[in-house]
Amino acid sequence: MVELTINKIKVKAEEGMTILDAAKSAGIAVPTLCHIKNLFPTGACRICSVEVEGQRGLIPSCAYPVYDGMVVDTNSPRVRKARKTIVELLIENHPQDCLICVRNKNCELQDLSAQYGIREHRYAGESKDHAIDISSPSMERDPAKCILCGRCVRVCNEVQQVGAIDFTKRGFQSIVTTPYNKGLNISDCILCGQCILVCPTAALREKGQLKEVANALNNKNKFVVAQIAPAVRASLGEEYNMPLGTDVTGQLVTGLKRLGFKRVFDTNFAADLTIMEEATELVNRVTTKKPLPMFTSCCPGWVKYIEHRRPELLKHVSTCKSPHEMEGAVLKTYYAKKIGIDPKDIVVVSIMPCTVKKFESHRPELSEDYMPDVDAVLTTRELVRYFNMAGIDFCDLPGSEFDNPLGESTGAAVIFGTSGGVMEAAIRTAYNMITGKELEKLEFEQIRGFDGIKELSLNLNGLELNFAVVNGIGNVAKVLDEVENGTCKYHFVEVMACPGGCINGGGQPIHQKPEKVIKRVKALYEIDSKMIHRKSHENEAVKVLYKEFFGEPNSHKAHEILHTHYQSRKK
Amino acid sequence: MHKQIFEKYPAKDKSNLIALLQGVQDIYGYLPEGALQDVADYVGLPLSRVYGVATFYNQFRLTPLGENVIRVCRGTACHVCNSANILFTLETNLGISAGQTTRDKRFTLETVACIGACSIAPVITVNDEYHGKVTVKEIPNILKKYNAAKPVNDKQKAGIK
Repeated sequence: MVELTINKIKVKAEEGMTILDAAKSAGIAVPTLCHIKNLFPTGACRICSVEVEGQRGLIPSCAYPVYDGMVVDTNSPRVRKARKTIVELLIENHPQDCLICVRNKNCELQDLSAQYGIREHRYAGESKDHAIDISSPSMERDPAKCILCGRCVRVCNEVQQVGAIDFTKRGFQSIVTTPYNKGLNISDCILCGQCILVCPTAALREKGQLKEVANALNNKNKFVVAQIAPAVRASLGEEYNMPLGTDVTGQLVTGLKRLGFKRVFDTNFAADLTIMEEATELVNRVTTKKPLPMFTSCCPGWVKYIEHRRPELLKHVSTCKSPHEMEGAVLKTYYAKKIGIDPKDIVVVSIMPCTVKKFESHRPELSEDYMPDVDAVLTTRELVRYFNMAGIDFCDLPGSEFDNPLGESTGAAVIFGTSGGVMEAAIRTAYNMITGKELEKLEFEQIRGFDGIKELSLNLNGLELNFAVVNGIGNVAKVLDEVENGTCKYHFVEVMACPGGCINGGGQPIHQKPEKVIKRVKALYEIDSKMIHRKSHENEAVKVLYKEFFGEPNSHKAHEILHTHYQSRKK
Repeated sequence: MHKQIFEKYPAKDKSNLIALLQGVQDIYGYLPEGALQDVADYVGLPLSRVYGVATFYNQFRLTPLGENVIRVCRGTACHVCNSANILFTLETNLGISAGQTTRDKRFTLETVACIGACSIAPVITVNDEYHGKVTVKEIPNILKKYNAAKPVNDKQKAGIK
């Protein structure tokens, strides 16, 4: 322990701690821009500068360790003046179109401008001008709004280990971009959107599909239905200042109905369906010695990753469509027939915590006769914008239930939204398929939590199965190496591209509250624990669907409608 | 062709990135896209990082050079002796700006900070030949001379003797 003085307050701090963290522990706020908690500091933006007694220049507090007897001033006139100048210079090289910006009122640069009371343009000069990259169906990149803090670059390189974007050129020409400044859609980017979550401005943002959805809702000939992913219900409330992890399922259904959606279904129904198909596929692969391990295919970011990097391993990926695509496919076949509507008139809108799902819904493999399974994908953030536009006072909405039959779900489905959830759900059902018995304890703590790779071994009727959960695409390379050189001991591996799973997806509300993921995950496990049915094979509506339409899991018809194939994207 | 350079350096060691890029540029006179990807795979870095390094340093080129490379000295001494007008004349005669290559690939025009031949300012170099005390009037004749001449090899273009 060392003792230092910050703003005349005695502060005790651990050795090796940065000034920034020590100040925070004493309730002293220091602004940051380039800083990301838990990543190595770069000290690039200098907004966290503080004055240290005995030091000539200002010190970047995010990158400087404390020592005994240190005397720090975080709020001296010199510090304030330096910070103000930094913000002023950043603003002068920024479009300043806050009124029409998608991040208006949720922008760290705007906040800093307000905080340091900037009221005039002192440094008017040339400002950079770059084209907006709208090439990808998921994301937009607007380098003119970039303040070069490098948070996106570090998340992409260090956390996700994708490395799709980096700093290029130098000085005034510096720009964060893809190799050869080509569009995101032809780069290695997996469109996970983790960069959007850390971007302080609107330089990175999702590609909006609100207009398409609004047009469909205004078209009298279209039967527009919505489906909601599990992770959305535990995060959307944050946009309305509700406590982190508030479950807003009921309000969501009512809100969507008020927007004009004819039916509101639950993607969880299809999650249960996915488990039936995926668990059957697993049992088949284990018994017939087909390529093992089998990887989950729910996460389109992960699928895009393996298509880019290791297409030769694609045979290991489950052929199941992701849940929302299954829901769309069932809606346009079984449900359309059941209610007597031409599937061409059905518009399926998915409400997702994810940006890659937009790309996924455009995949040609996931459409039949030019009719996509899912017509549009809205992120959590976009839906909130739509609610606000439509004058829906979300906080005061009464709750209502999902429409049936595609709204019924079990506890196994709701935990799809968190890392380890798909695996846990699959085990609950696979256990039953292999042993014929029901699990007594449904919770598997080994595969919950936030470790990079979580492992679990189970003995099912003498069959020893090894399961693994990869939490975040940055941890997957190790497992893929093992598969490649034949040393992989796993039978079934779940991969989620975003750290924490869908709950921390690229389409979720943007704020830097550190405990957001933990609270959201807790909410999902709580919903699960309160359900009467907590195993996918107990879903009555899914049972009926198999009886009336598919026959049995992995039947010929199920393969046609619920399964897909992949393609190599290696250059 | 460029893969023979790789043998000199251990694989998956990113500290050799710049040396590798220099080696590749010595072969082609620029960094072709395919070679950049190969370097990235060899040192184990994403292409975006390698591209970032290649665009950060002025020594690296991502487009092939023209048959003749004209470098205009923009150092202080040359500036005082009217090098801005020399550059402007070259740009208008060639129809390109500094840093570009003509469509017929005959000329590439570049500026340099100081060639170190201040006593004969203003100076331009064409390939590895120096032209001192250049005047605006001489420019068309200089261009004519090289336009008629046979193409030179890559090393001469890059100014390597």
